[in-house]
Amino acid sequence: MKFFYHVGRYFIMLKRVFARPERHKMYIRQLFHEIDTLGVNSIGIVIIISVFIGGIMTIQFAYSMMNPLYPSTLIGLGTRDTLILEFSSTMLALIMAGKIGSNITSEIGTMRVTEQIDSLEIMGINSASYLILPKIIAVVFIFPFLFIISVFFGLIGGLITGPAAGVITMPEYIEGIKWLFEPYYVTFSLIKSLVFGFLVASVPAYFGYYVQGGALEVGKASTRAVVNTNILILLFDLILTRLLLT
Amino acid sequence: MIEVKNLYKSFDGNLVLNNISTRFEKGKTNLIIGRSGSGKTVLLKSILGLYEIDEGEIWYDKRNFIETEEKKRKKLRQEIGMVFQGGALFDSITVEANIRFPLDMFTQMTSKEKKNRVNFCLDHVNIEKTAHKLFPSEISGGMQKRVAIARAIALNPKYLFCDEPNSGLDPETATVIDKLIQDLTKEFQMTTIINTHDMNSVIEIGESVLFISKGEKEWVGTKHEILNSGSKKLNDFIFANKLYAQMKKGENDQ
Repeated sequence: MKFFYHVGRYFIMLKRVFARPERHKMYIRQLFHEIDTLGVNSIGIVIIISVFIGGIMTIQFAYSMMNPLYPSTLIGLGTRDTLILEFSSTMLALIMAGKIGSNITSEIGTMRVTEQIDSLEIMGINSASYLILPKIIAVVFIFPFLFIISVFFGLIGGLITGPAAGVITMPEYIEGIKWLFEPYYVTFSLIKSLVFGFLVASVPAYFGYYVQGGALEVGKASTRAVVNTNILILLFDLILTRLLLT
Repeated sequence: MIEVKNLYKSFDGNLVLNNISTRFEKGKTNLIIGRSGSGKTVLLKSILGLYEIDEGEIWYDKRNFIETEEKKRKKLRQEIGMVFQGGALFDSITVEANIRFPLDMFTQMTSKEKKNRVNFCLDHVNIEKTAHKLFPSEISGGMQKRVAIARAIALNPKYLFCDEPNSGLDPETATVIDKLIQDLTKEFQMTTIINTHDMNSVIEIGESVLFISKGEKEWVGTKHEILNSGSKKLNDFIFANKLYAQMKKGENDQ
């Protein structure tokens, strides 16, 4: 029963979030602020993680394809397709749910327990819309860019690590990442990143917006938000893969 | 003027406000007093529309708040200023930006006009220029309360609500805040409702005092009448503080 209660309240919140804004100018200002805070500030961590994962995947593919019957170009291909299909969209969304999601829950939750949200409501401002809408738009907007950055730096990670570890030469790796390229995989993953972006912003916002109590509850809400967002990301990954790829 | 008629409010079947009817006059500091958990904050938040009431009427001058549709309610809310117990300042923006926020949101003022209005409000609550660019976390509790008052009056409200405005402040600062609210009420002719359990505030600015106990209206009067109210519950509340018991004794001796 509690599950349906939360689902219902989540959609009621979304209805308020997508109501007509009071002052577009203020929302746009807030949007740029959120793109900077939630998106641009995440680029560094995305690059670091992607370079390392790209490198690790290249080495692992190389070791699992040591059989001389397999062409060495498979290493680059495997790294590329894994990055595009799963890591840079799904795994990155799981990581971002931890970083961005907990940030959103704690920010909105703190505003709730310190009565800042009540303060907005008394002023006649739709607090759900003013606080959450710019975050959703910012994250949905920035996620495809993070996906592209992640794929690029993941491939760079493989390019550096593969030859450095002596498991593949640079020309073989480059040949591999160009081999049998399927552009639809990118489209598929971009669609996934849009959906995940929406989940990463809206689910933690829900947990923060309805938090009750004090600092302890804000912390608990952040944990719940990250766990639930991760489950939903994996669920939607499964649904989208079934719908769009098979 | 704000009028409340036969107001009932419950949470999960637990009656918190029981048939409250009262009137808060314009240009006066109207105090709601009572013990912790007596229903003061619920009454205040119900009048503000933050809680949906079970039954009753709330009138802002000649406007029935409960029957007002959401769009008009939003308009009415722009006539309301609120000072929260903890200040509720937006902590990610500066003191100056906090005051400018409602102006940015609801007015068509030019930036120069906004700047003038921000300075006017902050001057009125005696916030020095050096603090304008600071963040709420960088100023003292008393200053935060004064900034909250400045933000509450930014849109020139008709109604001012204060939820325990001097809680957590030293007696001297608390008196300054009380006096400030009273002065602003007179100057801008607002209907001011203050929620407090501080007897010093009652003696200082209690032009009209409503005492509620266990969600029921127990007594209404002025600060001059409060020591001789004849209400046992009110007397128990007031004379819990020995100072007021002595005041009462001194009055009787005379």
